Amino acid sequence: MLIGRVVGSVVATRKDEKLANMKLLVVQVHGHDNKPKDQYVVAVDSVQAGVDDMVLFATGSSARQTTQTDARPVDAVIMAVVDSWDLGGKNVYEKWA
Amino acid sequence: MYLARVIGRVVATQRYAGLDGVALQLIQPLDEAGAPMGDPLVACATVSSGPGDFVHWIDGREAALACPETYVPVDAAILGFVEQADVLGRDLAKPGQAWEQPRASGAQER
Repeated sequence: MLIGRVVGSVVATRKDEKLANMKLLVVQVHGHDNKPKDQYVVAVDSVQAGVDDMVLFATGSSARQTTQTDARPVDAVIMAVVDSWDLGGKNVYEKWA
Repeated sequence: MYLARVIGRVVATQRYAGLDGVALQLIQPLDEAGAPMGDPLVACATVSSGPGDFVHWIDGREAALACPETYVPVDAAILGFVEQADVLGRDLAKPGQAWEQPRASGAQER
C-alpha cells in the first residue's frame, strides 16, 4: 500500500453505473519521509476518510477486494486512515501533532 | 516475491473491517545486491517482523492471501524472515550490509 493525503473529492453523476454510490477522493501520494509527491490518484473510499486525512490506499486488483468494490471497475481503494508512522523508532507523522 | 528491509511501523486504527489485528509496516525493497531499490511502501506483516529485519514479501492480489482474512484490499504482505540469501555468490543476510537501517531502540541484536 502507499501513503497519501486526501486533497479533494470527485463528483461524477454521469459515470459507469457500476461506480454508483461510491465516494471518490483525490489522494496526493506522500513519501515515507512524509514529503508530498507530484503524484495524484482518484481512489474509492472504504473507511469514511475525509479531506486532509492521511490515508493508506491499495492499488491494482487488490482494490476490488472489498464488499463495496467487488467486481467493479476500481483500481485504487482507501483502506485505512493513518494515525502515525515511524522510521526505525522515530515518529515521522502524527495525526495529533 | 521480493526482498526487503523493514524500516518502520504504521499505526492506523480506522481501517477496513477485515484488517483488524493486522500489523502494517514500512518496507524498503532491495535488489539482488541487497541495496535499496525503488520507493518504500507499506505492507501487512503476517510474521512478527520489525524495523531492521531482512524479509521477503509479495505484492499484488496474492498479498491478501497471506492475511488472516483473505478478501481484503491489500497489495503487499511480508511473508517471512530471510536468514540466508546467497545471490550471485554473495550472502545478503550477513550483518553489516551495504544498507542497514539503524535498528529501533530496544530491538534485540541478532
